[in-house]
Amino acid sequence: MNAHPPQPVDRRSFLILSALAGGGLVLGFYLKSTGSLSAAEILKGPAPSDSFVPNAFIRIAPNGVVTLISKQPEIGQGIKTSLPMVIAEQLEVNWRDVVIQQGDLNPIYGSQGAGGSTSTPTNYEPFHKLGATARTMLVEAAAQTWQVPADECHAEACAVHHRSSSRKLGYGELAAKASTLPVPDEKTVRLKDPKDYKLLGTRISGVDNPKIVTGQPLFGIDTKLPGMLYAVYEKCPAFGGKAVSANLEAIKALPGVKDAFIIEGTANLTGLMPGVAIVGNSTWSVFSARRQLKVVWDEGKVGDTSWDKFVALARELSGKPGAHVLRKDGDVDAAFAAAAKVVTAEYIYPFISHTNLEPQNCTAHFQDGAFEIWAPSQNPGSGQDLVSRTLGVPKEKITVHLTRSGGGFGRRLSNDYMVEAAAIAQKVPVPVKLTWTREDDLRHDHYRPGGLHFLKGAVDANGRITAWKNNFFSFGNGAQAGSGGSLNSDEFPGRWIPHYLAEQTTFETGWPMGPWRAPGSCVFAWVMHSFIDELAHAAGRDPLEVRLELLGDRDMVPGTGVRAQPYNVARMKGVLKLVAEKADWGRKKFAKGQGQGIAFHFSHRGYVAQVAEVTVTPEGQLKVDRVVCVCDVGAQIVNLSGAENQVEGSVVDGLGTLMFQELNIDRGRVVQSNFHDYPMLRMPDAPAKIETHFLKTDYPTTGLGEPAIPPIAPAVCNAIFAATGKRVRQFPLSRSDLRWS
Amino acid sequence: MSNYTLTVNGQTCPVEAASDTPLLWVLRDHLNLVGTKYGCGVGQCGACTVHLNGVPTRSCLTPVSTVGRMQVTTIEGLAPDGSHPLQKAWCELDVAQCGYCQAGQIMTAAALLTHNPQPSDKDIDDAMAGNLCRCATYLRIRQGIHHAAGLAPTKKEAAQ
Repeated sequence: MNAHPPQPVDRRSFLILSALAGGGLVLGFYLKSTGSLSAAEILKGPAPSDSFVPNAFIRIAPNGVVTLISKQPEIGQGIKTSLPMVIAEQLEVNWRDVVIQQGDLNPIYGSQGAGGSTSTPTNYEPFHKLGATARTMLVEAAAQTWQVPADECHAEACAVHHRSSSRKLGYGELAAKASTLPVPDEKTVRLKDPKDYKLLGTRISGVDNPKIVTGQPLFGIDTKLPGMLYAVYEKCPAFGGKAVSANLEAIKALPGVKDAFIIEGTANLTGLMPGVAIVGNSTWSVFSARRQLKVVWDEGKVGDTSWDKFVALARELSGKPGAHVLRKDGDVDAAFAAAAKVVTAEYIYPFISHTNLEPQNCTAHFQDGAFEIWAPSQNPGSGQDLVSRTLGVPKEKITVHLTRSGGGFGRRLSNDYMVEAAAIAQKVPVPVKLTWTREDDLRHDHYRPGGLHFLKGAVDANGRITAWKNNFFSFGNGAQAGSGGSLNSDEFPGRWIPHYLAEQTTFETGWPMGPWRAPGSCVFAWVMHSFIDELAHAAGRDPLEVRLELLGDRDMVPGTGVRAQPYNVARMKGVLKLVAEKADWGRKKFAKGQGQGIAFHFSHRGYVAQVAEVTVTPEGQLKVDRVVCVCDVGAQIVNLSGAENQVEGSVVDGLGTLMFQELNIDRGRVVQSNFHDYPMLRMPDAPAKIETHFLKTDYPTTGLGEPAIPPIAPAVCNAIFAATGKRVRQFPLSRSDLRWS
Repeated sequence: MSNYTLTVNGQTCPVEAASDTPLLWVLRDHLNLVGTKYGCGVGQCGACTVHLNGVPTRSCLTPVSTVGRMQVTTIEGLAPDGSHPLQKAWCELDVAQCGYCQAGQIMTAAALLTHNPQPSDKDIDDAMAGNLCRCATYLRIRQGIHHAAGLAPTKKEAAQ
């Protein structure tokens, strides 16, 4: 989505930068260009000028305080803890002595987007080198001080030791000397052997936890500046509508209101939409004034669109060929004609919202032609671009401070709330905080597109899956489907079934859409693994056995098509076999109303398999009793506590979307408004038990924000079928009658 | 605008606000106590939970004019040094993901433990059902409450 691989700094840039840094030293693995950077910019912050600053991420003060910068936005994925852990491991510092500081948006840090589970895989190796380089310089400083060879010295617990003479110098004592040394070539820097890791792979509590549990300001919405005013922004209930006029004078006369104005906005559905701003002296004064606001809207044509109409149209068109052929292998029609059994099914899922619990908000101050912005954004760089492009202020004049985000889930990859706050701030002489209401948040999200899949599958006399046809109907704007609304030509089980046809028709909507945690995968896995299960049962075979047979004997299946992505079958079979073993697949006996279901999915570089065990009461109440999850995200788990938390959260999040979440869009606007009519999963519906296992393999370490989401819905639905004989083909579950007798 | 004198975390706080202003916004905007969070404004999510005379209450639905002399306790006043067993358990078990809902979770759980020092899973589920966690840390919240119940001094110890 957003993350670009870090750019290694070239030697020339590095030397320029070192020179700029004067007495200090700067090493940047993340520098694209250094022309615009100054030493002051690199070294700004609390570090005393005689600190050892070997790179943009590490500061060691003469008093021994080690400050590590976390560059990525923290959205609940735990990156503010885990990436500094990587530096600390190589730097040989005590975790309890380290101070972690959130970095603001700054090109010296390289890419600062948190999305697509990319923060770990793109930063993991470079961060090892950052720590190891600094450690090497500190060892060298000690060796020179003692006039002994560096290889007789070692670093441990914030100090360099010379064992044979029992001498020791703390990092603080070495800071001044280390600052005078040349930075070693990263290729010559020795990285620790993973078997010597003390920190990585252990359970480390999040660095902000003490502030979270005592209610200290952390989040974007907690921002408060001297003289600050508060704002709300009313947009057209129908997507993309324009504000023609409003009772602005009446609003301006209300208590606490300082100003009210129309913002013309743009046509960008995920940018600055037209609307009416109210600015006042407290959040409540503007919330209250808004209740009196009367706006004349020009809704355009979007008022003709509705989910129900699109669904009816999709069903009408489903018997005809789709608009685009995504993949065609073999001859599905011939295979259906020759099949022992043919199964057809319609799978449907609705639009859903991200519903970050912290509603969208942003604080902005416009002064002397420059912006200072405080935003809970997953993608602050693209927010800076959007503000610059939309409001005509050069990027260099837009400072963006990163706050903690009360949830991301892909929503805050868009920065509409940032450009709204900036547009309002341009008309107000003081800082202004824009706060969206929950209703704004639900009705002006960038939604996960819904979809309909008309499936036809065949098994032969041996019970093998021989043919698969998917006529998929999706939603988008212009020629493009919304994020997560494009079926990949490589989507499993494409590439594995000899006779395979996937087609897609995308409806033009005028509705805003955006990435939702594990875009595409979060629903495609449910469709594919539910239907594989249907075919397995049609063949009278064990669902695990059919899946292992389908994956086949090749270790790697090369990628094809536009988004060619190789698929490591050996890794997938590894997690699948292990999850079956851990869950006693096929060995447990279940009473009627209870059962197990299995599913797997590869996304965001992670291989994940899950088994769900459920109870469905005769009255149709579902309880997920146990989920076993096996993840292969490479060789090393960074923070075991954070990793398990991501997996548990993903499982329950995926279960919540299956059980409850559904938005209806009618006349071009969202029908629901708040949690009373858009229910979310609550504690009583959370699984009783989630068991997480990490299968470590000799592959690069990758991220966990998303890959554990996709398999849970099909695992649960397949378990429901095992328990009741009822096949769930529609989200949310509340639409299915699960009663049995 | 009217004048009110609230008792928040044991301190007397004069406030000038419109009578219908929810306690939530008085805490956040007027008193700079931002630990109490806005999530929905309609009492559905529990992020704004505070104690009024020890009773967990949705501050988003509590007009400032109705607070009177009741003792308001917010997350900042639960134990400012983070020494409440729930705060300690939350840190030890790394309960939070984004952390936005956790003040409300802790305030609801604190009231539960006051009345029911050794709750069962069912007791916890019932008491906590009004608090949404969008990151879905529910299993760790359950575990955290059990852990805190173990950390809390028993009545006998407390009496000594």
